[in-house]
Amino acid sequence: MQNLGIDVLFKGTNMLRLLGGLWVSLRISLIAVGFSIALGIPLGMLMTKDSKIVKAIARLYLEIVRVMPQMVLLFIVFFGTTRIFGWNLNAELASVIVFSFWGCAEMSDLVRGAFISIPKHQYESARALGMNSFTVFFFVILPQTLRRLLPTSINLVTRMIKTTSLVMMIGVVEVLKVGQQIIEANRNSSPNAAFGVYGTVLLLYFIGCWPISMLSKYLEKKWSNS
Amino acid sequence: MNWEVISSYLPLYWKAMLLTLRIGWLGILFAILIGFLVAIVRFYKVPVVSRIAGVYIEFFRNTPLLVQLFFLYFALPKIGIPMNAEFTGALGLALLGGAYMAETFRSGLESVAKIQTESAMSLGLNKSQTVLHIIFPQAFSVSVPAFVANVIFLLKETSVFSAISLMDLMFRAKDLIGLYYKTTECLVLLVFFYALILIPVSVLGDRLERRVRHAEFGD
Repeated sequence: MQNLGIDVLFKGTNMLRLLGGLWVSLRISLIAVGFSIALGIPLGMLMTKDSKIVKAIARLYLEIVRVMPQMVLLFIVFFGTTRIFGWNLNAELASVIVFSFWGCAEMSDLVRGAFISIPKHQYESARALGMNSFTVFFFVILPQTLRRLLPTSINLVTRMIKTTSLVMMIGVVEVLKVGQQIIEANRNSSPNAAFGVYGTVLLLYFIGCWPISMLSKYLEKKWSNS
Repeated sequence: MNWEVISSYLPLYWKAMLLTLRIGWLGILFAILIGFLVAIVRFYKVPVVSRIAGVYIEFFRNTPLLVQLFFLYFALPKIGIPMNAEFTGALGLALLGGAYMAETFRSGLESVAKIQTESAMSLGLNKSQTVLHIIFPQAFSVSVPAFVANVIFLLKETSVFSAISLMDLMFRAKDLIGLYYKTTECLVLLVFFYALILIPVSVLGDRLERRVRHAEFGD
């Protein structure tokens, strides 16, 4: 049996450092998810309105996010703002800005999709029963919208967590970077550390994302026929 | 903005884009193949293989490509499997994409109502005819929007290739910024070249979606 370099993880505080790195990724994604939800929901509701200007701007925004890789956005915010505005953003703040920008677009599109998927007769029947527009919205439209929205937006959280692995490319010391450091530091004593460490990082991401994906799938199935 | 700098960088970016495209299209092609096979295995619940396919899908859908590439490129050689960078890039993209495509195709297959199969059978079509002429076309038209989204997603994911020292667009931009500090020009070119790759795909995808919408049955 070859040495797979798993022992490195149990040396000193290596495992704790790795988990600390994971927390950095999680923190960035959680903050970005928070902003995405807070800004994406009103934006999505705005996009259901029949205004040409709103539609044009929203389309441009969504298309930019759809077409540009998140890495490119990270580079623009991290390197570009320093050059153009002379801002000295730290890498973590730059990541939060980029992921909020991206997540907000995704979220608003999900919200818009959920609202326009409610059939028109729901509004009309509710009105015919004598409800006013406030009660129609809160008791008829909103509950149905949430059921359609929740599974997909939970899915967005896992995508956010996965995408935050990119932040190492602009120098945030997150789980992958910590892994790299551990491998470098143990180059001589444990030449096969790469296997154990990167394998562990893969598993950590899986353990983080899989339950959330399962929850999303479960909710989707549970609510799909209502 | 310095146009001289831009024109002198253009050939470098062009070469980098070709590399991105070469690995990208190989990866996506294999992703489609893997996705198709896995979807069929999952849909027909082939014993044992279906379970393995399920684990594969869940694993690759719930881990980031960057970490997968690091594992493939740096960890596998440690257990005696040599990897080269271009192959790793294509393999990683194919495996990740395969998992996404499999889910897309499977939900397409599942969306075809059972009555379609039964009607086809009662009209005297045999099993392979039913699959080929009744189920596949309908499943395809349902999965097109998600399929297009996957292709765009995978092309965007190619931007992490620079992490395993492939000289793609990201690598080129970072390298040139580090060498000459022409940050603005480098970033403009970066955006321009990614737009050059992805806008045509996005437009074509939209057209394809609109076309197959007519092929749907029912309302």
